[in-house]
Amino acid sequence: MTTTEIRPAPEAGGGASDAARPVRWWSGRVSFRMHRRTALVSCGALLLAALLLLVSLCVGSYPVPVPDVARALFYGTGDRLAVHFVNQERLPQALLAILVGGALGMSGAIFQSVSRNALASPDVIGFNSGAATGAILVIVTFGGAAASVAAGAIVGGLVTALLVSVLASRGGLQGIRLVLIGLGVTAMLGSVNSYLLTRSSLNDAQNAHIWLVGTLNGRGWSSVQIMAAALVLLLPPVLLFGRRLRMMELGDDLATGLGVRVNRSRIALTVLGIGLCGVAVASAGPIPFIALAAPQIAAMVGRSPGVSLVSAGAVGAGLLSAAHLASSQFFSALVWVDRQVGWVRVVEESQRNNLLPVGVTTAVLGGAYLAWVLFKRRGTGTA
Amino acid sequence: MTAPPTALGRRAAARKPQPEPTAVRSALRGGGLLALAGLLLLLVVLSTWIGTKDTTLGQVWTALWNDDGSYATDVVRQLRLPRTLVGLMTGAALGVAGAVMQTVTRNPLADPGLLGVNAGASAAVVFGIGVVGLAGFGSLVWFSFAGAALTTVIVYVLGASGRAGPTPVRLALAGAAVSASLSGVIAGLTVFDSATYDYLRFWMVGSLAGREPELVVQLLPFVAVGLVIALLLARPLNSLALGEELGRALGARIARTRIAAVIAVTLLCGASTAAAGPIAFVGLVVPLVARWLTGPDLRWVLPYSMLLAPVLLLVSDIIGRVALPGDELEVGAVTAVIGAPVFIAMVCRRKEASL
Repeated sequence: MTTTEIRPAPEAGGGASDAARPVRWWSGRVSFRMHRRTALVSCGALLLAALLLLVSLCVGSYPVPVPDVARALFYGTGDRLAVHFVNQERLPQALLAILVGGALGMSGAIFQSVSRNALASPDVIGFNSGAATGAILVIVTFGGAAASVAAGAIVGGLVTALLVSVLASRGGLQGIRLVLIGLGVTAMLGSVNSYLLTRSSLNDAQNAHIWLVGTLNGRGWSSVQIMAAALVLLLPPVLLFGRRLRMMELGDDLATGLGVRVNRSRIALTVLGIGLCGVAVASAGPIPFIALAAPQIAAMVGRSPGVSLVSAGAVGAGLLSAAHLASSQFFSALVWVDRQVGWVRVVEESQRNNLLPVGVTTAVLGGAYLAWVLFKRRGTGTA
Repeated sequence: MTAPPTALGRRAAARKPQPEPTAVRSALRGGGLLALAGLLLLLVVLSTWIGTKDTTLGQVWTALWNDDGSYATDVVRQLRLPRTLVGLMTGAALGVAGAVMQTVTRNPLADPGLLGVNAGASAAVVFGIGVVGLAGFGSLVWFSFAGAALTTVIVYVLGASGRAGPTPVRLALAGAAVSASLSGVIAGLTVFDSATYDYLRFWMVGSLAGREPELVVQLLPFVAVGLVIALLLARPLNSLALGEELGRALGARIARTRIAAVIAVTLLCGASTAAAGPIAFVGLVVPLVARWLTGPDLRWVLPYSMLLAPVLLLVSDIIGRVALPGDELEVGAVTAVIGAPVFIAMVCRRKEASL
């Protein structure tokens, strides 16, 4: 045990405040300080995610009552369809929503903190558009096996992120130049993507389109395993470096004075942020807005003085679980509304088994969230 | 996204005291404008001449003046001429709209897509096909026009809802928020509707090909009115570029100028997006280059943008026609591939403080 300190949630309230308490485990060998409200928010969000997971096991186009769900989960017996739906579709997808949401939330928190821009996300360095190009190329040329699409997305995203970082390296990894070059590369790749989509068969284009929207539908246990393994690898360094974020937010000079190697930490954190975002995008496509909104909501509800990766991840998991449940129930809900009201016909009965990609929900609600934030701050004049 | 808001104003202020021989300078600028007009004329000729069907310049010339019913005449009159005219119109509209937007938002990186124009037009197109059940380009043009206009109004109202009025950052954020929600709606409507998606994917690239000759006549009034408003705004916009307080002190009517500018941008972007789909980068890069050539005075930047943008668009369109044997690249794909490196090179060249 050489590592004596792990500080997952570096929340120093500034000395003796009662909000941040030191926690010591294992007679002081593992210790960290915890902001009480942030810890509460994290626990609450994770609890919510777990609750949503349980609900999503039961509901759907083939509803399964709670006792049957329990029997299917623990013994694998009962109605064969129920066992299949619960064990092979709903459980892995709900778990994936939690893992992907957590990864996106943490990666968003890292990017927003490192670039000191509340609107920053992995998009800034062109990761998502590069991943999209990679995925479309794989879908168009090789057809769409999930594993190869994921590989194409990761390669495309990494190459683009690397290209943007190298082009912007003169200005350092923060700063406006990075944002601008990312913007240019993103716009160019967007056009390339549109072009590729017109030169493929409609079927391939439609598959690529669904991937681009971001969806958890059709994902199975293999995606969960890959995602979990990646998180197990990435989480320890993320939490270790995460404690430096708080100090780096004080400014480069002060952070250097506190003993942080600012540039090296910034590069390491950017790489880790890309890694987190990369595994998330590879397993579920570029789901929008979780990385943007989760850290902001975590900070707002937690009233924490600075960035907290753990609570951002927990809130991300909760958000994506909620969006996943809402998307998967959307068409069933529409059919139900049609049946109740009678004279409207929004969807056909045959469409009740359609599953809305989760990216649709997060995009619509995310845009509304941004508009709401804008509206709420109308008094201050600044945005 | 959030460049220092005063960049334009600061540069304008920095240029002011330079003792320039103004007569020489205006002569140079005027000559440049004439040269650009000549270049554009040349490109119009090239654009009606170059294509998969070989035609001689003589054939093109006769085809332009009288319809002798030959195949070459048909190609020129029905395909290449409308395409060239749509390119001219769209280009001029995008260039001027970009220049106006960059001044109003005081963000040298603003482009028409920022106000949600593209998302609004796309959403309207998807709605028109998928829900209303329209087909054919003619009726969809008006849908995308209305969608672009409506979205711009929503974005402006949302951005202006604050006490400080429509500040640049608020406008950009409102545009991003509305675009994001609309893109979600578009995705939701197209994911299970292959026919609509099939139209959308070709519309999204941005193309000048296959436009009806009537389209030019239909959209010309909107573009003309938009261009006139924009050119009339050059002087008040110059004052606005110095910053709100200074502009007001110089006698500019801030609110009126801003609203007139948004109307002009809506007309120009709505018409061009309806005609050619969302074409990236022209509205962003052309005003930057124009300002680089002429200095910050909008009385020069606007005419330069109006000529430079169609030059870029026609060149891209011609390149797209000849680049790949047996296939045609859409103009939107070419402008992005040409425009992005130019943009990135400019970003890399400039000093951090002036970005």
